[in-house]
Amino acid sequence: MLILGIESSCDDMAAAVVKDGRYILSNVVSSQDEIHKKYGGIVPELASRRHLETVIPVVEEALNQAKVTLDDIDAIGVTQGPGLVGSILVGLSFAKAICYVKDMSFVGVNHITAHPMAVFLEAGSREQGTGNGNDNIRPPIPDPQYPIFPFIALVVSGGHTTLFKFKDFDNYEILGQTRDDAAGEAFDKVAKLLGLGYPGGAVIDRLAKSGNVSAIEFTRPYISKDTLDFSFSGIKTAVLNYLKETESHGSGVSGQGSGFKSKIENRKSKININDLAASFQEAIVDVLTDKAVSACKANNIDSLVVSGGVACNSRLREKMRIKSKDNSIKIFIPEPGLCSDNGAMIAAAAYHFLKNGIRGGLDMNAIPNME
Amino acid sequence: MLMQVFHTSSPEDTMELGRKIGEGLKAGDVVALAGELGAGKTLFTQGLVKGLDVKGYVKSPSFTIVNKYEGRLAVYHLDLYRLGGVNEIYELGIEEYLYGGGVVIIEWAEKAYALLPSVYLLIKFFYTGENTRKIEIRRIGRHGSKTHP
Repeated sequence: MLILGIESSCDDMAAAVVKDGRYILSNVVSSQDEIHKKYGGIVPELASRRHLETVIPVVEEALNQAKVTLDDIDAIGVTQGPGLVGSILVGLSFAKAICYVKDMSFVGVNHITAHPMAVFLEAGSREQGTGNGNDNIRPPIPDPQYPIFPFIALVVSGGHTTLFKFKDFDNYEILGQTRDDAAGEAFDKVAKLLGLGYPGGAVIDRLAKSGNVSAIEFTRPYISKDTLDFSFSGIKTAVLNYLKETESHGSGVSGQGSGFKSKIENRKSKININDLAASFQEAIVDVLTDKAVSACKANNIDSLVVSGGVACNSRLREKMRIKSKDNSIKIFIPEPGLCSDNGAMIAAAAYHFLKNGIRGGLDMNAIPNME
Repeated sequence: MLMQVFHTSSPEDTMELGRKIGEGLKAGDVVALAGELGAGKTLFTQGLVKGLDVKGYVKSPSFTIVNKYEGRLAVYHLDLYRLGGVNEIYELGIEEYLYGGGVVIIEWAEKAYALLPSVYLLIKFFYTGENTRKIEIRRIGRHGSKTHP
């Protein structure tokens, strides 16, 4: 079964063609160069308007790279929420229009619960599998490459920090989530405080590599041991306090590639931005790792999936692997390109919904605050 | 234009001030919050929303831009942090919320002063120390001042 997955919930428009919920034939994101060239490289300010301009080139590119046409596609999976309503509507309306004209099935997918499904994906070709659409991607014998249900999933991104227990592809419960800011939002906002630009996650990750994780002691925001909820708003304020406190004692900021203008007072600087980045990142990573392991233990589950944009963070990936090993938990983290927003994970989730007989109607609406 | 100035001495204090203001809000009220990162807007908003009898947590709407809660009134919680210019905010259709009859709380309102209604509550946050904040509350428009800050 060939599924076209379309994702437009946030800043990027993405489309992918996936066979049988597993084999990626193409995976295209609008921020990629070839797409920029196709619509002239002019990026409108507003995401939803930008999506209007990129939806056709992105889908065409996904079909071309997969060497298929719309006539080969069996069904469409499309993000229904959560996200910016105008942005979601572009992808959703486009999918509905194609399905109406081509008399094709489609299904609305929750963007957050699709993130962990990226773990079932791998690069593939159209010839793989039996081709009859009846492949069951759950292996008959335990395959160390894929998690077995039930598993715990941590979805961590700029908009979400949520722990799930997945009993099946379309059966899950929320074990915990952020009570204020998402982890990725904390990265972005701290990067902004440090004058590092957007998106902050990648810059902090890079700076932290040459920093000392225990240079500054930031309190780990655990809330309490009894909850799997998160709270990341306070750590941003802790970084602000540290900056104000240190700066008021007549020092500046130093470190490699800090982005701060070199000033004379930097010579007597007390703030090392690499240490600050590493210490802040470690606090976030510790909380995410500990809560994910606690969720596994509390539910007596030994498989853990970590996905979402923040799962690209190299320290989080490293520490998740170490802590999982220490606790005899099997850890599954998709490659970075499949952790950030993409159409392939939407197609993978859609495949299993469709197999379970779930279909979308043409009256389907976007759900910006979808849980 | 009347202005009240408050000095809070702890995060709890900031939240409590928000709760008291929230208790006094009426349908159609617009609360605009301005101030740098870490100045207390999130905590204050958590208090405001508590004062409006909303159950549960107030998650940051930075990603979805708008969260809606049900308390004794409908509450629209907007966060303009990720947005660029006034055009982008206008295109989002924030007027639907501003004139929708609920209570509207806008974080990073300094990005959209030109789009705000003629009467609203402006609350500015200033960092004064590790746990202390100065919070200025003004009623814009009601006492003859039509000018935005």
